[in-house]
Amino acid sequence: MGQLYAVEVIGRGIFQDTLAKNITRGIVLAAHNEGKFGLSFGRYGDSPERNGIPAKKFAIVASDEQTLQLGMAHYEPAQVDVSVVLDDTLCKGIESWAWDGVHPINRAVKRGGTMIVVSTQDSDTLLQFIHRRELPYKLGIVKGLASFSGLWVYKDDHTDVRILGALAKAAPELFSFESIEKYIQAKLKDAPAKTQSARKAYERFTTIEVPAGRGNPEKLLHFELLKWQDMAEGTAVKGQPQGGPFEDPVTKKAGGFRPARNDKFLKFTARTQRPVVNFDTCTKCTLCWLNCPDGSFDVTPDGTYDVDLNGCCGCGICEAVCPVENCITMVSESKFFDNDSQWLRFKRDEASYLQWLEKTIQPIEKRSHGFRYRGQYQEEVPAALELAQKG
Amino acid sequence: MATLTLPVKEQQKVLAQEALITGSEAIAVACKLANVDVVTAYPIRPYDTVMQYMSQLVADGELDCEFIVADSENSQFEIVKHASVCGARVFCGSSGIGWMYAMEVLTVTPSLRVPMVALVGNRALDDPGAFGVEHNDALAVRDLGWNLVWVDTAQEALDTALICYRFAEDRRIFVPVAISCDGAFLTHSQSLVKLPAAEQVKKFLPKYNRGELLVHPDNVISVAPQCNEDWVMEVRRQNYAVTERACDVLREVYAEFESIFGRKYGNPFFEEYRTEDAEIVLFGMGTLSTPAKVTIDKLREQGKKVGLVRLRWFRPFAGAEIAKALERFRAIAVLDRDLSLGSPDLSGVVATELRSALYTNAKTRPPVLDFLCGLGGREVTVPDVEKIVEITFEAAAGKPQPLTQWIGLRG
Repeated sequence: MGQLYAVEVIGRGIFQDTLAKNITRGIVLAAHNEGKFGLSFGRYGDSPERNGIPAKKFAIVASDEQTLQLGMAHYEPAQVDVSVVLDDTLCKGIESWAWDGVHPINRAVKRGGTMIVVSTQDSDTLLQFIHRRELPYKLGIVKGLASFSGLWVYKDDHTDVRILGALAKAAPELFSFESIEKYIQAKLKDAPAKTQSARKAYERFTTIEVPAGRGNPEKLLHFELLKWQDMAEGTAVKGQPQGGPFEDPVTKKAGGFRPARNDKFLKFTARTQRPVVNFDTCTKCTLCWLNCPDGSFDVTPDGTYDVDLNGCCGCGICEAVCPVENCITMVSESKFFDNDSQWLRFKRDEASYLQWLEKTIQPIEKRSHGFRYRGQYQEEVPAALELAQKG
Repeated sequence: MATLTLPVKEQQKVLAQEALITGSEAIAVACKLANVDVVTAYPIRPYDTVMQYMSQLVADGELDCEFIVADSENSQFEIVKHASVCGARVFCGSSGIGWMYAMEVLTVTPSLRVPMVALVGNRALDDPGAFGVEHNDALAVRDLGWNLVWVDTAQEALDTALICYRFAEDRRIFVPVAISCDGAFLTHSQSLVKLPAAEQVKKFLPKYNRGELLVHPDNVISVAPQCNEDWVMEVRRQNYAVTERACDVLREVYAEFESIFGRKYGNPFFEEYRTEDAEIVLFGMGTLSTPAKVTIDKLREQGKKVGLVRLRWFRPFAGAEIAKALERFRAIAVLDRDLSLGSPDLSGVVATELRSALYTNAKTRPPVLDFLCGLGGREVTVPDVEKIVEITFEAAAGKPQPLTQWIGLRG
């Protein structure tokens, strides 16, 4: 059997669907320029994708057709040579609605393989999020903000070709830069500018070695699936119990209402930004709690509203409906290192919390979702291209 | 896998371009090359990749046809049934419960002699909800006069779709055919496919001609008037006559395909992989051929003599041919990616049909074990196949094994 390579591209559902597909198709077609054969496909269980949910796409490349046919190439690879992460907040872990538990972002990277992350942060910061494991691997960064598109409109900010450039450096046995150049010139609009972006990414790309054991020590949600004899018949599933009041950490009195939440599917890994709440300026209007599509607000004993950060998927509706300026602010998920309750922190030390809040909500690193208004991409793309140039 | 029999120079002419496409998109390309007239669509995964790709072809002006998005699968198939009877070359398709929603229409198209080509993107019948591959959707019409074929690569999907038009529209056949592509593994994975040249396809596919069965103002006929018990049996016997001819016609069509396109599939009914000196053989349909072949290669290196017979045409079921190919093995392992609840020995559809064919055609009685696997889109893994092979070698050695077993199940 000849050589077989696998690349996975992990992105946010819907917003990065086209970008991920452009990358996997680009890999196959670039490799084909040097006589290799490949397959490009998505993880079927991710479909239909939901906004923001972690989703995977794959490119499998082989030195010859027979190796490709016999390389189990239609199936999700258990191990990949390179893992591409299109939004650095995915480094906190990924949970898909078709799979069980929260997986570490580096789960499929083979021993000595490479993870490429699109990020404006450095690898030390990312390695506070990325979970530790027993196999060493390499980590490299393509500098940039996560690129989000709409479902039917594509934000053409060169992220796809920059990733291809980085891949040629990370895995030269996959393809050479010349093959990428050929692909861009044959298949893409704006070829000279895109070749330039790809080349810069190729020249700049470096990796660090991540030794076994380095990373986030946190344990991720994991559970065993039921055997057929232990399942209820008729495809029936028991509902959640009722929630109830909970304790104020200062007064020790119970109050408010916290619904019981699904402990088998958390959902927080679908978010790229989280709401930061000012419990001091909150007017208890109830609109955030009422409008949250996932019921992610707890009513606190004070009558204010606290976000369940294990569940919140970061849609931003709460910020949009809150009538008080800067009371709820969506902030990039990359600024936070835990899912602990904001209200508990506030109650234990109000002044310190409010200081932290001031620092955290300014300046805003805009993580726009999808496609919101005409002209949005014309505004955003120049900044992305500038970053691609400068590095 | 087909082998190219033309010299290289000829190959360039015949295979004009390459494209990175899925199995379902390959069928869309075949429809474009076949110059279909009427296409109806209704979205359901995993068939709908063909619908999306075709609408793109229509929008780009690459395919000139009536493209109708119906209000449901029932209407979808009803519309093409009528269009076909009025002389249009049609294409349609669905998956899983969508296909079942069209059942009232599917049942009558054989007796009305509607030679439509339909794509079934195989999907588990849900609830329980999954959209992963199971074969029961397409198999649901197996007794009704439909022809049924399973393909396992995008290249084979394109070639077979063209063959399906030629076969279905042959006046000796003139009944519908469903081409099945495993959901996800074939419908949604893009591989490099060689596209034949349009002139070649024109040579291969004559114009669709209904002759005296065409509904047209100049040909006044009534189709599907009410029958009583004096007539139904004779109508059925006419469809039965089609099945008596089907294997021969199919052989002719594949030979014609090879002579025009230079791609040889050999025996149309099934593909054989490393069966020449095999002691036991695996038997199944669709993309489970990949884990099967990978495992066979692995076990062959250990000296274990195992092969694969991948069934393509389920209808017509070439019982005599299949029995002749299989009777010499010491044991047969059927991989059923389907269920036939309450059947003899509780086996799946393919095993039940195979045992029946062997009973009447084979000179020997090798043990035929059935393995229910890969249901609801669950992968059939290499360890699964290794286990199947191990059990089957036990049977070959004379140690009795259960006739039906579940593989890859929790519990």
